[in-house]
Amino acid sequence: MRFHHATLENGLQVVAELNDQAHSVGLGFFVKAGSRDESQSEWGLSHFLEHMIFKGTEKRDALQVNTDLDRIGAKHNAQTSEEDTIYHVTVLPEYLPQAFEILADILRPSLRTNDFETEKQVILEEIQMYDDNPMSVAYEKAKALHFGTHPLGRSVLGTLESVGALQPDQMRGYFKTHYGPPNLVLSVAGKSNWEEILELARKHSGNWTGSSSHRQLPKPHGTLSFEALLRADDQQMVLVAVSDGPPLESDDRYAAALLATILGDHTGSRLYWDLIDPGLADGAEVSYQDYNQAGAYYTFISCSPEEAQENLERLSTIFRSLKTNPPTADDLERARNKVMARHVLRNERPGARMMNLGLNWTYRQKYVTVKDELELLSKVTIPDLNRVLEEWPLWPATVVTVGPTTKLHAPH
Amino acid sequence: MTTEILTHRLSNGLTLLAEVMPAVQSAAFSLLIPAGAANDPANRRGLSSMLAEWWMRGAGDRESREIIDELDRLGVSHAASAGTAHLSLSAATLASQLLNSLPIFADIVRRPLLDPEELEPLQALAIQGLKGLEDDPGSKVIVELRKHAFPDPLGLNPAGTIEGVEAITTEDARHFHQTHVGPDGAILAVAGAIDWPQLRDRVEELFGDWAPQHRSTLSLGEVRPSRHHLTKDTQQIQVALAFPSVTVSHPEYYLARAVAAILGGYSSARLFTEVREKRGLCYSISAGYEGFRERALILCHAGTSTERAQETLDVMLAELDRLVRNGVDAQELKTMTAGLKSSLIMQQESSMSRASMLAGDWYHLGRVRSLNEIAAALDALTPEAVSQHAVKLPIDQLTLATLGPKALKYSQ
Repeated sequence: MRFHHATLENGLQVVAELNDQAHSVGLGFFVKAGSRDESQSEWGLSHFLEHMIFKGTEKRDALQVNTDLDRIGAKHNAQTSEEDTIYHVTVLPEYLPQAFEILADILRPSLRTNDFETEKQVILEEIQMYDDNPMSVAYEKAKALHFGTHPLGRSVLGTLESVGALQPDQMRGYFKTHYGPPNLVLSVAGKSNWEEILELARKHSGNWTGSSSHRQLPKPHGTLSFEALLRADDQQMVLVAVSDGPPLESDDRYAAALLATILGDHTGSRLYWDLIDPGLADGAEVSYQDYNQAGAYYTFISCSPEEAQENLERLSTIFRSLKTNPPTADDLERARNKVMARHVLRNERPGARMMNLGLNWTYRQKYVTVKDELELLSKVTIPDLNRVLEEWPLWPATVVTVGPTTKLHAPH
Repeated sequence: MTTEILTHRLSNGLTLLAEVMPAVQSAAFSLLIPAGAANDPANRRGLSSMLAEWWMRGAGDRESREIIDELDRLGVSHAASAGTAHLSLSAATLASQLLNSLPIFADIVRRPLLDPEELEPLQALAIQGLKGLEDDPGSKVIVELRKHAFPDPLGLNPAGTIEGVEAITTEDARHFHQTHVGPDGAILAVAGAIDWPQLRDRVEELFGDWAPQHRSTLSLGEVRPSRHHLTKDTQQIQVALAFPSVTVSHPEYYLARAVAAILGGYSSARLFTEVREKRGLCYSISAGYEGFRERALILCHAGTSTERAQETLDVMLAELDRLVRNGVDAQELKTMTAGLKSSLIMQQESSMSRASMLAGDWYHLGRVRSLNEIAAALDALTPEAVSQHAVKLPIDQLTLATLGPKALKYSQ
């Protein structure tokens, strides 16, 4: 395993973890821009732009982009979050040059007006698709309610109204502001060699221009409020609780991830034994999400309407009782072994390493190996867990319920 | 692309398959026991799914909590479920821990406690799962399509029905376990950084004295082309259709896979291009192949808003028609092959993918295809052969399922 990094003259940062035993190579451009960087009138633009990147350049139309990537058997995709827009492909090593050329080419898109109008329809369909899914509706509602006016609270996709009102010129302006090379990290992992990567980067991205953009980082304070949303035709209820957690800059994120596992892993956790094992809920999970200078715990419960209020009370009891019934050494060991094994399994694929590498470089300017992360996980102690719980308690929380009844109230 | 597949058949009928993957740190297994939901009694639909959950709730001399805790300590990710054909158990962890977890899994499938105390919670969970399906239009429409496009019992939802689940008793579960769960025809496929002689000896020790049981053969119902609409007040209409294809052991299998992929297996595939890229009619559209030993289907699925659903269906049908009339061209066949071949090679980076691939091949073919064999079969495909296969596609035997505010017109 070899690590390399360089910064091109135009500010594009290139990182690579090379592994001769891999069968493929993953390549990704990480743009440090997402929904939190949009103004109110730009709501939904980051994600819309991600779609438009695939609609072509001066030398390729949309069909050609897809065909050229498919011809080399590339597994390609893109994703937009609150903070990052990531364009990535995984290919067999011999196709890296072609994959590189295509990906770099589409990152300087034409943003044609007629493509913009067609793709807008696709996005509006995507929004409606998620509107039909109670879990997505609950997640978006909970995030919005918890973060309030903080930009992290806005949905990444935008709404039918906000996306409907977007104009091509806004997108061209947004692109100019956020897609300058100093705002990008190029991450490569798998079977390849550094000289070739650097040469490809210079050849295909060396002439990019643009400057870095500045992100506003107000500190979020969860509203800890309650709302019950009606979906009259649904049969099941979704309950979501959100509370603030450590930010991605903090090493406490490892303790936070372990706490989430102890409390709400899909198996063997406190929520599992208290809610799923007795059949009171058919889903109950806690996850920890780190953001740039922010963090949150999300708890999801799916259950029958009859059990909803009681399950909210049970959840509040489980979280509040952490003071009198703190995590034990055995809790920690089981959570750690699970998290570590999953980490190893996930990182066996170059595509996953590329993602890990790119995000670490974007936010920490640091190369973190799988081994480093296992070591950081193994260093977490019970006092660490208790300290993080003290600083970032899971209760009180913002609570949202979605389903056929709104006759629910915030648990005490 | 040469790897050796190791095979060992136990005298009771269990087949052990293994692939040593020196480049990974993990190991995974997939255990398939031919006792899936197709064997559920007609008035106990959902029994095998419930049995899979019951397995984890105590076995051998371990209670529910001891099983889960011990697997957590070993860092094992695990899943037990009922498919149509099999009860299946899969697990993955660090290679050093896999052998340590095997005795627990041997207990789970051979000596489950099936404690009557667990019946009520398991029923509650199963019913919540079935109700949750009603709230998820994208999954629901596929369940409806499979029900009508596959003959009974292959098309039945393995999760069963609410009436079936409510009728289940502990005696039913015990009887099902004794009658159907055994080594005859079972497949244990292991992949990862394993030591073959050690694995083989351990499996002999743990499963060698498992007494074989009598296997009955399935009798299949009839399928007639049919249309189904489920009325629901959703944002989007879900459109799903299927027509019969050939099974994995059929000489034209690779031609069928080529057809399915060219329709909807990659980003420049026909349905994606015509429905989404050119017309902006939907966000999600796909086509795929699904097969049992007895029957197989090609399925297509799209979700789109009410006013655009009719056009979406019409374009999907027109594309099927064009495929039958005009066949495929050399370039798209080349693209299709590149995609399938690169997926195949990338599989070698994941112990979990390889384990399930080995088990799947053995179920369908009674042997494991080497990667070279598959690659050679893909290379041997010609546009003429694929087109000749396409001409015979039974698109007049279409099953159509839709879900949403209104039914669609179907004319062919």
